[in-house]
Amino acid sequence: MKLIFEYEEQTTGYLSDENISIGLPNELIRNELPLPNVSEIEVIRHYTNLSKKNFGVDLGFYPLGSCTMKYNPKINEDVAALEGFRNLHPLSKENCIQGSLQLMWELEQYLKEITGMDTFSLQPAAGAQGELLGLMIAKVYFKQKNKKRAKVIIPDSAHGTNPATAAMCKYETIVIPSDIRGNIDLQKFKQSLNDEIAVVMLTNPNTLGLFEENILEVCDLAHNNGTLMYCDGANMNALLGITRPGDQGFDMIHLNLHKSFSTPHGGGGPGAGVLGVKSFLSDYLPLPRIIKQNNKYIFDNTKEKSVGKIRSFYGNFGMLVRACSYIMSWGSNIRKVSEHAVLNANYLLSLLKEVYDLPYNRKCAHEFVISSEKFGEKSALNIAKRLLDYGFHPPTIYFPLIVQEALMIEPTETESKETLDRFAFVLRSIAHELRENPQVVNGAPYTTPVGRLDEITAARKPNLRWAPPK
Amino acid sequence: MIEEIRFSKEHEWVVIEEGLARIGISDFAQKQLGDIVSVELPKIGSKFKQMQPMAIIDSIKASSDIYCPLSGEVVEINEGLLEHPEWINQSPYELGWIAKINPSDIKEFGSMMTKEQYENFVGKIK
Repeated sequence: MKLIFEYEEQTTGYLSDENISIGLPNELIRNELPLPNVSEIEVIRHYTNLSKKNFGVDLGFYPLGSCTMKYNPKINEDVAALEGFRNLHPLSKENCIQGSLQLMWELEQYLKEITGMDTFSLQPAAGAQGELLGLMIAKVYFKQKNKKRAKVIIPDSAHGTNPATAAMCKYETIVIPSDIRGNIDLQKFKQSLNDEIAVVMLTNPNTLGLFEENILEVCDLAHNNGTLMYCDGANMNALLGITRPGDQGFDMIHLNLHKSFSTPHGGGGPGAGVLGVKSFLSDYLPLPRIIKQNNKYIFDNTKEKSVGKIRSFYGNFGMLVRACSYIMSWGSNIRKVSEHAVLNANYLLSLLKEVYDLPYNRKCAHEFVISSEKFGEKSALNIAKRLLDYGFHPPTIYFPLIVQEALMIEPTETESKETLDRFAFVLRSIAHELRENPQVVNGAPYTTPVGRLDEITAARKPNLRWAPPK
Repeated sequence: MIEEIRFSKEHEWVVIEEGLARIGISDFAQKQLGDIVSVELPKIGSKFKQMQPMAIIDSIKASSDIYCPLSGEVVEINEGLLEHPEWINQSPYELGWIAKINPSDIKEFGSMMTKEQYENFVGKIK
């Protein structure tokens, strides 16, 4: 496919939109702009054709581990498109936008009930920003207690954003290895706890798709040490209505509304990484907070301990509307979402564990990690590329880092048994190809618009934008 | 492999040449990282204590800190790596060296793992 710059310099015979008068004075009309010389219909066709090459969950199975690429119900879009939500001005006065404030307030109530937290801020625009807010709060909390705590404990299976957030907040990261069952190593954890540890950041279930079996003990040990427990809620899709991080002992959690609560993602956002905290941390949340007073919803700007603002206005409001729509659609049945997500993941795992290796032989939560190490170096990469030929989005690969040739698969609750069967059949066929005819897999994909990309050269010698030929 | 080579637990190697310590990462480490796509080198003249992070290596899989295995001051860096990060994959002990430092306490070298000890250590990780 051509770049827009590569279309013919001159085309003739069509009714040009230059004939449309927009009433610009002649002296303001320029001819020397370095823009592609294409007509409006050519521009439309170019970008429409490009869009047809996109892949999304509305086109096919998208088992990208840790990303929860579930179907996003279209009713969410209907609700978000309502005039009053769609044309909302962020500077509107409180009394003109009571419905929108009510929606945000009610969403907070639902999220409190789901997580066991006491207060939420809907401002953070992504999970990583929720983490940043969480550690900013921890920093202020300890400062006001006059405690110098400069370190954060993070297990070696964590998302890379956890140590990155710690570094952003000038915390030193202490990495704790995982034990043979895939839990945080309790002995090493105990040895590392001391009065320098401000926060423990844990993902539960962790990135191996395994529920932390010692979570209650870990939280107790941390609290007895005066340390805060932060939950990376990226994997909340395993827990909805089943267990609450607040009851497990966490003091803070961010939720990726774009994962568990079905707001669209995958093309760069926008996301929503809302943060919930226990009551003793509520006053540190960003302003304004939305509170209900005499049956009216108002902005509260009075909390002096607040860490300040973390996002302009009130977060990505359109995403809050969609998440609220999703939660209200499910109501008290929301537990079924997670039950089904866990069932689907365990079913798919049962179809694959004889062909690929399972590094931790346990029942999984909403996702699982298998290894293709026995098929040799770069096999996970090659399998991922070969899956494209069969019309599937590949799983996450080479993460978590503690599993060699890792394939991290998250089917989500919205896929049918038949889709999971087809996917397992294809992964088993690729394993067969790797044994019988590995060069077929190693040269894949063959059916995509651009064939096999060389991402190593792309990273070493990036060519980021079109430049005019010299 | 060169004879007088010692290793750290974080998979850096050190060779002492004319009083200076040449530093890189082990063959095992480069294999674990996979294809390396960029290297952030320390500045000449910067000082590190033993096992402080001194450089960053980005690979297709991950971004990793490289620790200074001996205390000392950086006197030379392998600028060729900026254009050719793949040298670390192709030749971790020769072309792919990262920096030379002037060690402030040569006794630290003696406390690092020998080649045999390191191979044993790596065997246990596998």
